[in-house]
Amino acid sequence: MNHGPAQPELRGLIAEFENEAAIVEATQKTVDAGYHHIETYTPYPLDELLDIQHLHKNKVALVILIGGLTGCAVGFFMQYFASVIHYPINVGGRPFNSWPAFIPVMFECTVLFASFAALVGMMVMNKLPRPNHPLFDIERFRYATQDRFFLCIEAEDPYFEKDATRQFLEEMNPHEVNEVEA
Amino acid sequence: MSQQGVDIEKAKTYTGDGFVAPEYTNTTVTEKISNIVLRSHTPLGWFLAVAVLLPVVGMLGISITWLVLIGTGIWGLNVPVGWGFAIINFVWWIGIGHAGTLISAILHLMRQDWRNSINRFAEAMTIFAVMCAGMFPLLHVGRPWLAYWLLPLPNTMSLWPQWRSPLVWDVFAVSTYFTVSLIFWYMGMIPDLGTLRDRAKHPITARIFGVLSMGWRGASSHWARYEKAYLILAGLSTPLVLSVHSIVSLDFAVSLIPGWHTTVFPPYFVAGAIYAGFAMVLTLTIPVRKWFKLEGLITTRHLENMGKVTLATGFIVVYGYAMEMFISWYSASPYEGFMMWNRMSGQYAPVYWALIFCNAVSIQILWWKRARRSPVVLFIVSLIVGVGMWLERFVIVVTSLANDYMPSSWDYYAGTIWDWSLYIGTIGFFLFMMCLFIRFLPMIPMSEMKMVIPKHRKKDA
Repeated sequence: MNHGPAQPELRGLIAEFENEAAIVEATQKTVDAGYHHIETYTPYPLDELLDIQHLHKNKVALVILIGGLTGCAVGFFMQYFASVIHYPINVGGRPFNSWPAFIPVMFECTVLFASFAALVGMMVMNKLPRPNHPLFDIERFRYATQDRFFLCIEAEDPYFEKDATRQFLEEMNPHEVNEVEA
Repeated sequence: MSQQGVDIEKAKTYTGDGFVAPEYTNTTVTEKISNIVLRSHTPLGWFLAVAVLLPVVGMLGISITWLVLIGTGIWGLNVPVGWGFAIINFVWWIGIGHAGTLISAILHLMRQDWRNSINRFAEAMTIFAVMCAGMFPLLHVGRPWLAYWLLPLPNTMSLWPQWRSPLVWDVFAVSTYFTVSLIFWYMGMIPDLGTLRDRAKHPITARIFGVLSMGWRGASSHWARYEKAYLILAGLSTPLVLSVHSIVSLDFAVSLIPGWHTTVFPPYFVAGAIYAGFAMVLTLTIPVRKWFKLEGLITTRHLENMGKVTLATGFIVVYGYAMEMFISWYSASPYEGFMMWNRMSGQYAPVYWALIFCNAVSIQILWWKRARRSPVVLFIVSLIVGVGMWLERFVIVVTSLANDYMPSSWDYYAGTIWDWSLYIGTIGFFLFMMCLFIRFLPMIPMSEMKMVIPKHRKKDA
């Protein structure tokens, strides 16, 4: 049994780069070296990184489509229920289910539900909101939302070895390499 | 002073031809924009503006209170003009809001990157304008505390909204529009809120922005989903904005009143909305860019582009006027013909000609490049257009109702003091909200600016 002070568990190593070109090059090298569990943190989206990390495919569009279709169905059945099932009124023999007149409300409901799906879907898939995160303990990480670019190799990666990985990162000439603790 | 400080000082007086001053880099853009929010000393001018606007907001409160206590009788409404200022102002405000969506969504889809420095501002404008717009129908129902009857809520009398009526479509369109605009605005702001969280010196400020930013870390996997969601939201907002003003115009077009019962209304209203809205964006950006020294981010080139859009949409509106005239003659309907003749020479003729001057004549100066690049000229034109679009709605609503089919029921309508106080009150409320916005939230999207700076550089070089 370990009686000493609890050793913080290592989650990964994070390197800071000063510009776009450096982070793109470093990420490419890291992927080429066989690391899979990596993540980059940038102040704005960088297409090159999404290419290297194969991040272009995601399920956001599908979630929004499902949201939109749900909204469309809700919009239609809300009107159908009121006009045909719950309180049908015969106005000069016109059909109860006058669906062309229902289209505007169906459209609005489609957009409304799809937009909620976009926000909520994006959040949930990104596991946000998460106001606290081990990365925020790193003093320099606050520049990730400003003008610096970060590359993190996570400890769960099969190739991860604390010292070797640190050396690998150091060789790419980063501004700083830090340990991320859980 | 640090190098960055020097750069920002230089960029403040940028007068070049690019979309961004060359001094702006990822670092200086972040510093410039976030410091407006995070600095500890609020400029005196801001307090002055708030001090002027608060009484106007108070006037809005008094006008609403008096209306609720007494009823819509305090307005100038009566038979035959049952739709007066309330509808004019509703349509005017909603229209102003539409330019925000046009800038943020449609220009985004068209990859007009220059929109990245004005879109946040325009979206905020949309939200506050729709708030103002929404007040009018709610108050116009007469018993605002029963306004929830507009919604399809199950009730003991089994009554449902009339689904075949554009007025009910309007409820759905406007409430959806407000919600979606809010989602779009907020989502666009999440990365910037993260930046503010990370730059905030005061722990409470950092905590507030921490909660608002939802713990945004800027991970590439997050950006990928974020970008996709943002793009699709833009794609959803585009038809939405067209549908909203089309439905607003159907409130008129579905009726049988001469001058309203026309198929040109939906596109004509949408163009008018974007026209009025672009004018409002100019009205607001020109002073703000001056006061906050944003000339290096909202450059002369931006103003010029906005001037061009104003001119183009203005011409669509003028086409609408021309078609109204043509069809009133071509239809050979005596009522339509009279409607047009009455507008031009009847009791509201001065209003009609003022509207033609504001919307069709005044913008002609924008053909000249020097006028489009002059903030003063643009500002004056934008104010004239704002007034002109209000007059247009006045002409549409009032002339058609005041003199319809039956001469025996004709009347003269004018707003009362309460009509005006409510209207001016909403303008005060709108500007007051804009003041709060520019003080407490990042008014230029930092992350989106950083995305386009390298591209603009290449183009400028």
